Amino acid sequence: MTTGDTRSILLAGVGGQGILRASDILANVFMEAGLDVKKSEVHGMAQRGGCVTSHVRYGRKVFSPLALKSDVDILLAFEKLEALRYLDYLKADGSVIINDQEILPPSVNLGDLAYPADVVAAVKSAFPSTKVVRAEALARNAGNIRTVNTVLLGVLSSFLTGIDISIWEKVLKDSFPAKLTKVNLDAFHLGRSA
Amino acid sequence: MTVLMSGNEAIARGAYECGIRFASAYPGTPSTEIIEEFSKYEGVYAEWSPNEKVAMEVGIGAAVAGARAMVTMKHVGVNVAADPLFTVSYTGTNGALVIVSADDPSLHSSQNEQDNRNYAKFAKIPMLEPSDSDEARRFVKLAVEISETFDTPVFLRSTTRVSHSKSIVHTEEPQPPVDNTGIRFNAAKYVMVPANARIRRVFVEERMQKLKAFAEQFAENRIEINDPEVGIITAGMPYNYAKDVFPRYSYLKLGMVHPLPEEMIREFARRVKRVYVIEELDPFLEEQIRAMGISVVGKERFPYTNEFDPGVIAAALGETKKAPQAAVTTTVPPRPPNLCPGCPHRGLFYVLGKSKAFVAGDIGCYTLSFMKPLEGLHSCICMGASIGMAHGMSKALGRKGRGKVVGVIGDSTFVHSGITPLLNAAYNRSDALIVICDNRTTAMTGMQEHPATGFTLMGEKTQRLDLVALVKALGITSVHKVDPYDLKATEKIIRQELAAEGPSVVISDRACVLFKRERTEAGKPLIVDADLCTGCRACLGLGCPAIAWHKLEPQQRSGQTTPRKRGKGIAVIDGSLCNGCSVCLQLCKCGAIQGRGDRG
Repeated sequence: MTTGDTRSILLAGVGGQGILRASDILANVFMEAGLDVKKSEVHGMAQRGGCVTSHVRYGRKVFSPLALKSDVDILLAFEKLEALRYLDYLKADGSVIINDQEILPPSVNLGDLAYPADVVAAVKSAFPSTKVVRAEALARNAGNIRTVNTVLLGVLSSFLTGIDISIWEKVLKDSFPAKLTKVNLDAFHLGRSA
Repeated sequence: MTVLMSGNEAIARGAYECGIRFASAYPGTPSTEIIEEFSKYEGVYAEWSPNEKVAMEVGIGAAVAGARAMVTMKHVGVNVAADPLFTVSYTGTNGALVIVSADDPSLHSSQNEQDNRNYAKFAKIPMLEPSDSDEARRFVKLAVEISETFDTPVFLRSTTRVSHSKSIVHTEEPQPPVDNTGIRFNAAKYVMVPANARIRRVFVEERMQKLKAFAEQFAENRIEINDPEVGIITAGMPYNYAKDVFPRYSYLKLGMVHPLPEEMIREFARRVKRVYVIEELDPFLEEQIRAMGISVVGKERFPYTNEFDPGVIAAALGETKKAPQAAVTTTVPPRPPNLCPGCPHRGLFYVLGKSKAFVAGDIGCYTLSFMKPLEGLHSCICMGASIGMAHGMSKALGRKGRGKVVGVIGDSTFVHSGITPLLNAAYNRSDALIVICDNRTTAMTGMQEHPATGFTLMGEKTQRLDLVALVKALGITSVHKVDPYDLKATEKIIRQELAAEGPSVVISDRACVLFKRERTEAGKPLIVDADLCTGCRACLGLGCPAIAWHKLEPQQRSGQTTPRKRGKGIAVIDGSLCNGCSVCLQLCKCGAIQGRGDRG
């Protein structure tokens, strides 16, 4: 239903997981690749442990920074529950990447509601090709637990075959201070080959 | 240069490019980043004023002195600044005055959803509305030109989705700023006593006629004729949503939403068969276009409330969306925002919740403590409302309210608009207890400075407002400081001051846990000794994100080593989230919560 060739990626997770940084990097990658790009998220309350989403849309000419439901090509979930929450944004033939991490919402912490038992199975029943990644373990292997978001960008990059690796590397180098370049490049490549 | 920028970054860039070197603001989502970004450019002056009214007056002063000035605020901030706003429309400015109003359809971070396009009409001030970041950059320059040509302040209206979306911006070389400042006396223009104001009143109407003529020629009001079957009149972000869903229809995209180009609208309506007006919130364009005698489809199809997205527009026009995915039926627990682990508000509101008093709250992170399990805040209307409301309640309740009414306000909010109501509480001998949560920053919007932090927006050290001295000077004789990490001491003082007659102030004194400048080293995470935890859930009453409830299976509960265990589960502390504030430790009656070093 949307114009021409515009494609959409939805990043979803919990405040503090580095989602906005990741979507900034992603949007810059598309810009470096010579495409039009828009991204959108809401700042403010999200810092306080609420759910955070970022829409990234790219193509020859992008109008809306927000994607339609049932029209997202790739859902990159930084946390399992958030994959479930935003599943209805995906196209029938869309792809899902899930970070195999649980962050308990307040209602679960208080024992009022249960964290759904097998999120991955539920997602896979709708999207059999769902890719599950243990991004925390990979980030630790890379040498810094805070590179979970870069690991996940690495995983995402393997889905975006039209984008040359050199563009990713350039944007990653531009996005971090020199002393954090290597660990982030390592994290990215661990994710890409996961 | 081609750069990816948010709408807010682009507004700052546009301001810098067109020679604005002066800006004032009070932080408020979604406007905050504009002046923060602007302040980073070479050779500019930018300040956080204590509130939007002051920011507006500072901007007016700069413009009257001949500078090009920008004032930025969130939509409800314009309410605070409305008094000077309506009259600067009469005086006009000297240098340009651009007023940025960042509206918040869907109330992402606000207490209401007001449509500030109404202010443009109400105050008789032109308003531009960009739809993406590059337009935001360019429209600031156009606003400056309009302001100086027509001797008027100009509104630039953004929305959350324009301010916080990023898109590609083509930056231009900044114009070298020209210094037009100087003292020029013009009492007839700037002294709004009735005799002068009556004359300026006529000028305002004449100016609006000229602006209407200008709007007809304004290049950012543009007609795109494609399929003449349907014509869409729209502005701002909804233009993008509509273009996404209906790329083949014809468009009248308005870059200026006040005043409207009547002839252009008539021409567009003639060239298409049906006209839709697509706008978020109020039927602002629609009512004016209908008043021109043009038949349109508007709010009978499109919602009044919440922001749009492409799906909302498609659904309103009956375009069937693709069938939703095979529904996953699992219940997904909500994930609302919460106070951070170690937040100093948690201890305070735990104590207030226990006091059973009515707590009139205010705007800040602490507003979140209305939620379960703290439930320690019972009203929130606007910036500064807590103190006046607490005083009013206390007076109305009389003896019934004795010891049962509290007003709670943050440090930044207190400076914004709590000083006058506190003066009133002292003056009119209130019985309410007022608590100022001094976390040394404007935390909710992302750590902005204010007069009580001792630093300016430009990072300079300055005179630091002494809250205790100020409160005393206002006439409050009973002033106490408490550390909200110490529950017993906090409770003791709160009880004592609630019981006391007359107004009193308690300052809850502890820096925001995220605030780096004030932060000593992060405390060591606490742990729960599973053998000692009885599952009494007392610690869960704090709603700390670091404390979770783990159910125990029956076999885990039997065969236990501790005969004291009676609950169906135990508390567990997530070491990656806990920063050892130790408030939960004070609630643990069984000694299960311990510091890491406590175990031999």
